Amino acid sequence: MHLDIRLPIGMLFGLVGLLMAGYGALSDRAIYERSLGYNVNLIWGLVLLAFGAVMFVLGRRAPRV
Amino acid sequence: MVTTFRLAFVDYAILLIYFASVLGIGFALRRYQRSSADFFLSGRSIPAWVAGLAFLSANLGAQEVIGMAASGAKYGIATSHFYWIGAIPAMVFVGVFMMPFYYGSRARSVPEYLRLRFDEKTRGFNAITFAAMTVFSSGISMYAMGLLLGVLLGWDFNVSVLVSALVVLLYIFAGGLTSAIYNEVLQFCLIVAGFVPLVFLGLRDVGGWAGLSERLAVTATQAGFAPGAYTQSWQHMGSPATNPMGVEWFGLAMGLGFVLSFGYWTTDFLVVQRAMASNSMSAARRTPLIAAFPKMLFPALVILPGMIALALTTQAGESGFTLPTKADGSLNYDLTIPMMLGHYFPSGILGLGLTALMASFMSGMAGNVTAFNTVWTYDIYQAYIKRGASDGHYLWMGRMATVVGITLSVATAYATTQFNNIMDMLQLVFAFVNAPLFATFLLGMFWRRTTGHGAFGGLVAGTLAAALHHGLTLPRGSLAGIKGGWLAGGGDAVLNPYPSEMAQNFWTAIWAWTVCFGVTIAVSLVTRPRPAEELRGLVYSLTERPSDAGAPWYRRPVPLAVLVLGMTLVLNVIFF
Repeated sequence: MHLDIRLPIGMLFGLVGLLMAGYGALSDRAIYERSLGYNVNLIWGLVLLAFGAVMFVLGRRAPRV
Repeated sequence: MVTTFRLAFVDYAILLIYFASVLGIGFALRRYQRSSADFFLSGRSIPAWVAGLAFLSANLGAQEVIGMAASGAKYGIATSHFYWIGAIPAMVFVGVFMMPFYYGSRARSVPEYLRLRFDEKTRGFNAITFAAMTVFSSGISMYAMGLLLGVLLGWDFNVSVLVSALVVLLYIFAGGLTSAIYNEVLQFCLIVAGFVPLVFLGLRDVGGWAGLSERLAVTATQAGFAPGAYTQSWQHMGSPATNPMGVEWFGLAMGLGFVLSFGYWTTDFLVVQRAMASNSMSAARRTPLIAAFPKMLFPALVILPGMIALALTTQAGESGFTLPTKADGSLNYDLTIPMMLGHYFPSGILGLGLTALMASFMSGMAGNVTAFNTVWTYDIYQAYIKRGASDGHYLWMGRMATVVGITLSVATAYATTQFNNIMDMLQLVFAFVNAPLFATFLLGMFWRRTTGHGAFGGLVAGTLAAALHHGLTLPRGSLAGIKGGWLAGGGDAVLNPYPSEMAQNFWTAIWAWTVCFGVTIAVSLVTRPRPAEELRGLVYSLTERPSDAGAPWYRRPVPLAVLVLGMTLVLNVIFF
């Protein structure tokens, strides 16, 4: 395959995860009232960042045809 | 009341990252599009897992996501029949039994298979109706997106439609089918990423599955059903009167589980194209099976939110979520997902949720456009307009067809704003054409005596039977017209009033299939069959079984199929 799909997935989720986690760390706690008190940006941002990193590494390590 | 979402800078940033990614993928793939096979079939180079996720996502347009959540709120867990009965068995069947012919015959499209197996007229009938249908559904999808973004974000309809059309146009024009497939995989990941936290928060609010069942038991009792009517999928299917869907198990199993589901998953080129693009026979056969695993779990992501929304609306929860009502006082089920996103998601993750919705609108469009440009170029242009041109010419035509297809979709989107009734009518006509199709494929693949005249006659008769059945019946409480009964004059003249529209749909499909099946056999028996050597690789009894001995079990279709069916059975038992 020419372009490993895991690379763009990794980049997209890495960036989005970073953005959400950063926003979650800095944003006012009051906005999390609607998400039942969970800082969903921080928690889910970190999860997405980890997912993105795994995809990116897998995509980089795949043999190029 | 519908509240307008307020997006923060971070939400726009997430949307922008998504748009940059899809365009980036398109342009990165541009230099690999050297032949028409690269453009229309991804050069048959897609690995099984990518093709599998694309196979699933091609069907997971935003209307599917929003519609399934709406059905979850309307009918409860019975909606999962659309997955566990209405999809999984057909996906297993197409992978194990039909893919050897689709992939093995080297046909480049479903209509092309029909020409190889039957004749030119059967192909033409299928190609032309299918091409019209794809353009039309991608236009409807665009229209729905423009409308939703207008309601939620206050965005201008023209801007929403034209920008999304331009983005889809650019990435397909550049990267062809591969672009569409990659973006479908991306969309799958986004939907999961956006909906998992939504379901988590909804479940917390409603008090887990126990709290949900408790609330819905009260809701069901108030509506005059047994307490479990919204949370048990099979127990109340004995009679149409005892479940909110208004269907009974036989119509459900035959109409949805057999005719409609098999008709869609095994013959619709939109999904089959993903498997045809995979890199080997084994990968092609595993494509629908790999798709089946996430498919069977998707009710948790798309139907559960609907059930949660209904429970919280009828028995208020702590956070005060309720579904909005329409002007006539009935609940607006279609806004389930957007309303939940707006209610539970703060800025940041709200951008992710909206991106997931937009991605599914756009990849739904892209899926239709890639299927359209292939069928147009190979089955209409190359077959009837210009034969024997160079491959480069057909590649160019594919790109032109992409432009034309998207332009026609935009036109459809605008036409829908003007003539809603005509659109409903067209949708109905396409449903008539589709209903009998599976009978043709079943006989064509497994009975070598089936002839081209038989197939064509059966298809036409089946389509007419669907129209006739629809024209003579009516769901109870509806007016004659678009809902049916237009041949009987409505009222008491209607032959069989169905308890619900869904029941009527299922039985229309059953009639169409049966008539097509019967007429195909009858005509085939009196017309001249094709010699056996011409049918090698196209018919079950004359095709060598692909062998996958030596591969580990998880790379072999049959063990995977058994696993898929076993897990689906367990799910049905758990939620019986």
